[in-house]
Amino acid sequence: MIEVQNLTVRQGSFTLPKVSFRVERGQYAVLMGKSGTGKTTILEAICGLRKISGGNIQIDDVDVTNWSPADRNAGYMPQDLALFPTLNVRENLEFALDIRWTSRKKRDERVAFLANMLGLEHLLKRRVQGLSGGEAQRVALGRALSFEPSALLLDEPLSALDAITRSTSQKLLKDINHQTGVTVLHVTHSQDEADALADVCIRLPEITPPKS
Amino acid sequence: MKTLRQNHARQVRDGIFFLVMGGLSSSFIALIILLLIADFTFTSIAEFRTALSKPEIQAAFRLTMASCTVAAIMSVWVAVPLGYILSRYRFFGHRLIDTIVDIPIVLPPLVLGLSLLILFHQPFPFSNWIGKGFVLDEFLRETLHFPVSYSWPAVILAQFTVSCAFAVRTMRVTFDQIDSRAEDVARTLGCSRAGAFLRIALPQATRGMITAGTIAWARALGEFGPILVFAGSTRFRTEVLSTTVFLELSVGQLDAAVAVSLLMVAMAVIVLVLLRAIGAGLNG
Repeated sequence: MIEVQNLTVRQGSFTLPKVSFRVERGQYAVLMGKSGTGKTTILEAICGLRKISGGNIQIDDVDVTNWSPADRNAGYMPQDLALFPTLNVRENLEFALDIRWTSRKKRDERVAFLANMLGLEHLLKRRVQGLSGGEAQRVALGRALSFEPSALLLDEPLSALDAITRSTSQKLLKDINHQTGVTVLHVTHSQDEADALADVCIRLPEITPPKS
Repeated sequence: MKTLRQNHARQVRDGIFFLVMGGLSSSFIALIILLLIADFTFTSIAEFRTALSKPEIQAAFRLTMASCTVAAIMSVWVAVPLGYILSRYRFFGHRLIDTIVDIPIVLPPLVLGLSLLILFHQPFPFSNWIGKGFVLDEFLRETLHFPVSYSWPAVILAQFTVSCAFAVRTMRVTFDQIDSRAEDVARTLGCSRAGAFLRIALPQATRGMITAGTIAWARALGEFGPILVFAGSTRFRTEVLSTTVFLELSVGQLDAAVAVSLLMVAMAVIVLVLLRAIGAGLNG
């Protein structure tokens, strides 16, 4: 569950007006708006990377407004993916588990599960620099899912993909949502994506209360 | 239909372009090469050997190697956190700190040495309210039994003051070029700030650290003014190769001065090539 109430962010001359919405547990929500309406800012605020000037943020009914990003248990996939360039695909996938001192056995199981779900088995030993757009995107997705987050925050996850990869990826995202039951907040400006994926559609700047 | 015709004038102009660019560039390269050739032709192998067999020059060589290496390691050690902070965070006083870091670069070397000397030998302001006043050098010498000024630590400190400034600049640029998004993502995955720095930023900065170390080492090798003022040039104690050149020159021993200069050229080239090779190896 993700709930944002009266969220305001001030950043230089840009001010994000009060935003409120709620995404129920396991729902697939799409956050829509034109460029410059603060979609990315909202995602960053939810995962704790952006200082907010007002309002509060709840994840799984816990007020995490002033928590560090590390404690929020929200998997974040930025638009530029930001894969860890000094690590290979496997190391990227198990990074979050490594930090949590997860046992070798559990880590291997989790990586195998993610690799299977995302079709990354043959790439595990590859360096991330050589990956194609679709592959890199699946690695970033796997990395964000690796620690079984309460919420999955996707910033324009399909924008850099060609048409065919995009439709496969859409299906993959929906499958992940069904299989793992993770609450998803997906930022996009594409109406097609919203139609294909959304249980709930949130529009910026005129915010409509979630209708499910 | 219009007939295509080659413009010969443009070809000539292109030729002039390369001539001017190449001419200006090569004048500088030629100057450096001529300097080195002049040194080589002035001395002979025999003179070189005689100079280098002198025990005081060998002592200076050892102190130079040791002090430069220590100063370079200390510089990188300090430059990594400082460069990271300057690159990643915006806070009150950021620009002031950024400017302070550059002071050792722009300050005349002698002034820097003099400042170090004053810092260590003048009683601290207001400290004479409690007894006879607190003098840093006396405290280090008498209480900690670790004399600094006119001793080898002064050499390292003088070298460090300048080389560290260059190392900080290098690390700042290094971290500026590393995308901070990966560190942000690491934090959402459960990393503390320290964890994101150590696991994500630092491994990407290894080449920058090697460059910073190289620059710091090379600066330390060339350091002269501050060492002369703050550490003196006592043979076998605080004499480094740059002061050797000065000492030999001042007593009219031009041969020895040139021999030591060539030795320094060789050291600098070896260190530069070695560190470049390590850097290339890490990258590949």
